[in-house]
Amino acid sequence: MVPDAEFRSYYGRPVLREPSWAALDIAGYLFLGGVAGASSVLAAGAELTNRPALAMTGKVGALVAISGSTVALVHDLGRPSRFVNMLRVFKPSSPMSVGSWILATYGPLAGLAAATAVTGRFRGLGKLATMGAGVAGPAVAAYTGVLIADTAVPTWHAGFRELPFVFVGSAAAAGGGLGLIGSPVAQAGPARRAVLFGAALDVVASKRMERGMGIEAEPLRTGKAGKLLRAAELLTVGGALVGGVLGRRSRVAAVLGGAATLAGSACTRFGIFHAGVESARDPKYTVVPQRERLRERQQREPSTE
Amino acid sequence: MPFDLHDLLSADDPPNSGGYAEDTPRFGFFTDTSVCIGCKACEVACKEWNHIPEDGLDFTGMSYDNTQGLSANTWRHVAFIEQRRPAADPNARSDADAVDLGMPAFTKPGESGDGERSEFRWLMASDVCKHCTHSACLDVCPTGALFRTEFGTVVVQEDICNGCGYCIPACPYGVIDQRKDDGRAWKCTMCYDRIGSGMEPACAQACPTDSIQFGELDELRRRADDRLATLHARGVSDAQLYGRDDGDGVGGTGAFFLLLDEPEVYGLPPDPEVTTKDLTVMWKHAGAAALTLLAGLAVTFLGKRR
Repeated sequence: MVPDAEFRSYYGRPVLREPSWAALDIAGYLFLGGVAGASSVLAAGAELTNRPALAMTGKVGALVAISGSTVALVHDLGRPSRFVNMLRVFKPSSPMSVGSWILATYGPLAGLAAATAVTGRFRGLGKLATMGAGVAGPAVAAYTGVLIADTAVPTWHAGFRELPFVFVGSAAAAGGGLGLIGSPVAQAGPARRAVLFGAALDVVASKRMERGMGIEAEPLRTGKAGKLLRAAELLTVGGALVGGVLGRRSRVAAVLGGAATLAGSACTRFGIFHAGVESARDPKYTVVPQRERLRERQQREPSTE
Repeated sequence: MPFDLHDLLSADDPPNSGGYAEDTPRFGFFTDTSVCIGCKACEVACKEWNHIPEDGLDFTGMSYDNTQGLSANTWRHVAFIEQRRPAADPNARSDADAVDLGMPAFTKPGESGDGERSEFRWLMASDVCKHCTHSACLDVCPTGALFRTEFGTVVVQEDICNGCGYCIPACPYGVIDQRKDDGRAWKCTMCYDRIGSGMEPACAQACPTDSIQFGELDELRRRADDRLATLHARGVSDAQLYGRDDGDGVGGTGAFFLLLDEPEVYGLPPDPEVTTKDLTVMWKHAGAAALTLLAGLAVTFLGKRR
């Protein structure tokens, strides 16, 4: 048991301002972006290996997910009518600017891939779009880790090395889960392996992230975020085992497992979102790590004081 | 990447910031909290000049501070800290010539008996946007609404901001904020309209004790160093400058402070860092993660068909 850290503050008020983002919009966006990105990769692979049902699931799923995530993003803007201002500039220093351009590239590709698949027209173009979306998909799933890590929010920033890996793992589990739900057992082999790969990566990266943090890890274990993240681990690992192993023989197991990994992925995103908000709300998570950093620096260079 | 991200990240930072041709001096605030009397004239002047909406009449019950902090609708905020300091502490007197003004004590008047100065002090400090050298809000703004002015300050262009809210969790000081009924992000502009006409910002103009000083940053830093030396010579060993050091995590601030206690006591972060300091590493990790996902999912299609 770690004793409560001692720190001083201004009447316990937060040092940072907590994000104005709505959990449903932004955590929902992180989740849907992951579903879309991984689904597009699976769709491209399925197209190349002649698994039509898995390809269709991936393409339609990616379009629905990326549309939903774009709606969530625009809805969260203080001035939704100005959403096109996102494309005024390209700023590598702003992960949101980079993300907007990634979405502006990936969204139409995912749309084209789904539209051509559903209508059966322009198959050549559709194949190109499917491959394009498959290559751009991982960027959609990974950049969101940078999006939230590139803030002063203690728990998000402290995990900046591992968050992209947690998020792509969670995305693979979710995209695989969707594939399990939407395709017959005979075609779902890659989806079964995807949920197992995704769950393993998610869990390993999450543990690594937590261990690498100091006091900033606390909000990941406590409160609403703690509950969500415990549920996330249970659903993701359980769903991956049920869907990925039992799903080889049973369509029912595949659907249940797929649904569980999807739910697990959503819980991971909402859990990490809420942990960050909590870490911004309590001055302890800002002051204590900064005091520690100062102390270490002064020990290294004692001459400055 | 075909460009150097680090160069790009610092392209907007003073000196020589934002591509301004002329070598204009950087302007700033020096807020000397040791002479702040907590009158809140700065808060009022700021609101008046900038037409900032009213932001609720709350009673916090924690101190004489009912404003609570900087926000979209409060660009200067006077903190009130009530402290009990042991009489044995040589710092109990913040000034060698301090006289008893009959400030309220924790005990009833006369209860302590001897009419001595009570074990009590007030710290008052007018907080404001720091106008950082390495400014996180400016770095992460996806629309370019936040920009570096020719005075080295950081300003939101209200006709461009689309209220994405990214600057809010990016600020290491919790300064910039979204105005709820308006959706956009707002903060101190260092009275961009006034300083452009050679006037000083409204808060500095209104300050009756010159606790808020406006001017060229180099000159303000000289004054601050002198003031700090004076206070240290008088035995106020806790006095410290905050944001004065170019080498800190935000490259020094355009608005800096003289404090009489640790920064966190005033609600300021003790060792702020601009989050984009780590952005190059973040992008590298995201790239590796994206490749891991692509490769990992590609592998699921290998092997015999089942």
